[in-house]
Amino acid sequence: MFYRENGQFKTTYAADQQIFTIAQDKWFVLGVIAFAFLVVPMLADEYMFRAILIPFLILSLAALGVNLLVGYCGQITLGAGAFMAVGAYAAYNFLIRIDGMPLIAALLLGGLVSAGMGILFGIPSLRVRGLYLAVATLAAQFFCDWAFLRIKWFTNDSASGSVSISELNVFGWIIDSPTEKYLFCLAFIVLFAIIGKNLTRATIGRQWMAIRDMDVAAEVIGIRPMYAKLSAFAVSSFFVGVAGALWGFVHLGSWEPAAFSVDRSFQLLFMVIIGGLGSILGSFFGAAFIVVLPIFLNQFLPALGSLFGIAISTAAVSHAELIIFGSLIVFFLIVEPHGLARLWAIAKEKLRLWPFPH
Amino acid sequence: MKFRALALAAAISAVGLTSATVSTSAYAQAKEQFFPVLVYRTGAYAANGNPWANGYVDYLKLVNAKGGVNGVKISFEECEFGYATDRGVECYERLKGKGATVFQPLSTGVTFALTDKAPVDKIPLVTAGYGRSESQDGSVFAWNFPLLGTYWVGADVAIQHLAKQAGGLDKLKGKKIALVYHDSPFGKEPIPLLQERAKLHGFDLQLLPVAHPGVEQKATWLQIRQSRPDNVLLWGWGVMNSTALKEAQATGYAREKMIGIWWAGAEPDVKDVGAGAKGYNALALQHSAEPNSKVVKDMLELVHAKGQGTGAKEEVGSVLYMRGLISAMVAVEGVRKAQERYGKGKVMTGEQTRWGLENLNLDQKTLDGMGFAGVMRPVQTSCLDHMGASWVRIQTWDGSKWVPGNDWYQADEKLLRGMVLNASRKYAEEKKLTPRTPEQCKQ
Repeated sequence: MFYRENGQFKTTYAADQQIFTIAQDKWFVLGVIAFAFLVVPMLADEYMFRAILIPFLILSLAALGVNLLVGYCGQITLGAGAFMAVGAYAAYNFLIRIDGMPLIAALLLGGLVSAGMGILFGIPSLRVRGLYLAVATLAAQFFCDWAFLRIKWFTNDSASGSVSISELNVFGWIIDSPTEKYLFCLAFIVLFAIIGKNLTRATIGRQWMAIRDMDVAAEVIGIRPMYAKLSAFAVSSFFVGVAGALWGFVHLGSWEPAAFSVDRSFQLLFMVIIGGLGSILGSFFGAAFIVVLPIFLNQFLPALGSLFGIAISTAAVSHAELIIFGSLIVFFLIVEPHGLARLWAIAKEKLRLWPFPH
Repeated sequence: MKFRALALAAAISAVGLTSATVSTSAYAQAKEQFFPVLVYRTGAYAANGNPWANGYVDYLKLVNAKGGVNGVKISFEECEFGYATDRGVECYERLKGKGATVFQPLSTGVTFALTDKAPVDKIPLVTAGYGRSESQDGSVFAWNFPLLGTYWVGADVAIQHLAKQAGGLDKLKGKKIALVYHDSPFGKEPIPLLQERAKLHGFDLQLLPVAHPGVEQKATWLQIRQSRPDNVLLWGWGVMNSTALKEAQATGYAREKMIGIWWAGAEPDVKDVGAGAKGYNALALQHSAEPNSKVVKDMLELVHAKGQGTGAKEEVGSVLYMRGLISAMVAVEGVRKAQERYGKGKVMTGEQTRWGLENLNLDQKTLDGMGFAGVMRPVQTSCLDHMGASWVRIQTWDGSKWVPGNDWYQADEKLLRGMVLNASRKYAEEKKLTPRTPEQCKQ
């Protein structure tokens, strides 16, 4: 009844090519963004910001990057953690080695270096596909783990191998309260989500999808596989690299290579698969599922136990958390293999027919 | 349709319950001294994390059983983080809102992450026997307390012990010493001091990193077999230690020539290897396994006999259990000291506890009175020295139990002080901090 495009006529090409062609969609998304920028900072407390919202936003950005590569271009990667590490360490080195380097420029340069690494480690994709490619990208992970642990120059000769950022200064604005950090991340994520969405609607995104669906056919109709695949690796690694830099700078403040271990790569891949391959929105759903759910279970189970007067030991909670989390992943993959984004799409479809389903 | 309804119901209840659980963190206990307890009872390091956590929590229960800190009861809450830095930080954020007294993360990685946060939140960070070595300098690291000893102390004592065995520091010249270390901030901590010592005495230092969690050490020990170092220092944690001992046994490297850090010198590390680890030495952070001490007897009588014990009875008095117990003790004593200044029988804030920890003065009489006779030596902290003591013994595994040695060592004050000041000044410069002056310290 409310969600229906009847009467919304498109009279110009511009109107036809909008991201959200339906007015309700547009207002809803704008509403969500406005809510995130204006209302959330007033509602959330420090714990919400630091432990939930900031990690969620940054990992959403990383998942978005991975989704461009895995979901849109069909190239499976297990090196996302490595590209995050490259982004973080590159940004760190730009910031401390060049005097007067602005923070945002350092973050973006970190992303660019990561994009370069992405192209380098994307070269095998020209020859190998599928699972074999996943193994090849795993090489990036191991290489970066090794490099950041062993090559002292990257960590500025820090004895412990742990690096830290002193203060976040954007043109005189010192970002130190959780609210400011949240807004800083949010601005990045909104901007990159718009860029990502537009990329996938443009020539380049269509090329990626053609390669994903059938690379031989794509080549026949004149798409250069090398250009398409490597550009996907570059753009994806750029997104992931910026996310890595934000993770290190804004969320952790001081970090060691273990923050970007192979676990992180798997985590990002799972986010994309659970959230929905080939969906910008899915990246956010996936990140929410993977970041928030374990923390929620960890707090909810003892609360539930105390409701019935049972004290659950810390170890039992931790085990239960893993069991429930694992079974939920299996459950969602069985009932909706296309991810949470597909559930969202189905809900919208039903809403269009409501209250008169046929 | 049925599924959608289900999913929707699940989502709505999830949101509702999240807000319910999150809001519980809002009200803090008014009349109780709250101790957050970061633990890892699961994951790769659980075997070592468990006894520590049990000792820590048991001691808090013991204090309550004895009537609290001048009448103030202690409350605590555990948060499991599985030795993962990001989950550790999440635990910190979760528990700090409940009026946390001190944090003791038992992870050098988490300590690094929290070092920047603690001054902002005004909660002291006690890292008894681990953490950043340069944080001994309290004028820069006002909120860090690496009480009882840092890794630089450990490394220094290990070298002193080797020199004593060889017959003097000059006899170390030309020797080969290998460091087998956990490849993390924890394992890398001793390297600067060992390098400094290597330069001074002319021994050859070989660095052999082992990747987390440390079950893959074949290549490392092959290298040791090739290069035949005179001694091996083991800087391991969790399963890495027993693996190293098994590999040493397999490659035929004499266990007598190995010295482990105090985190590689507990029962879980050698139990599985049993007789194969016979002769293996480890540093003892003052205490070893202390099943006969008075505090352990009190614990069994006042806590475990009443069915309040956290872990198994047999574990009470083991090395890591004692480490956890002592960690809790120094934190509680910090609160007690703070009460002397800010009012007895009151709940101390993190800031007040910080003062207490900085002016901690536990002499032998006090320690003996609390049941720590033979377990600990005096600890006295000050603004410039947040460590308080650097006494270390060497203990040896005789195949069935740890036997503490008779010699007490202390880190070379001159060498250590210089390195600590260098590193802390560098940190202050990086972070644009001004070290506190002696006058500011008095406040």
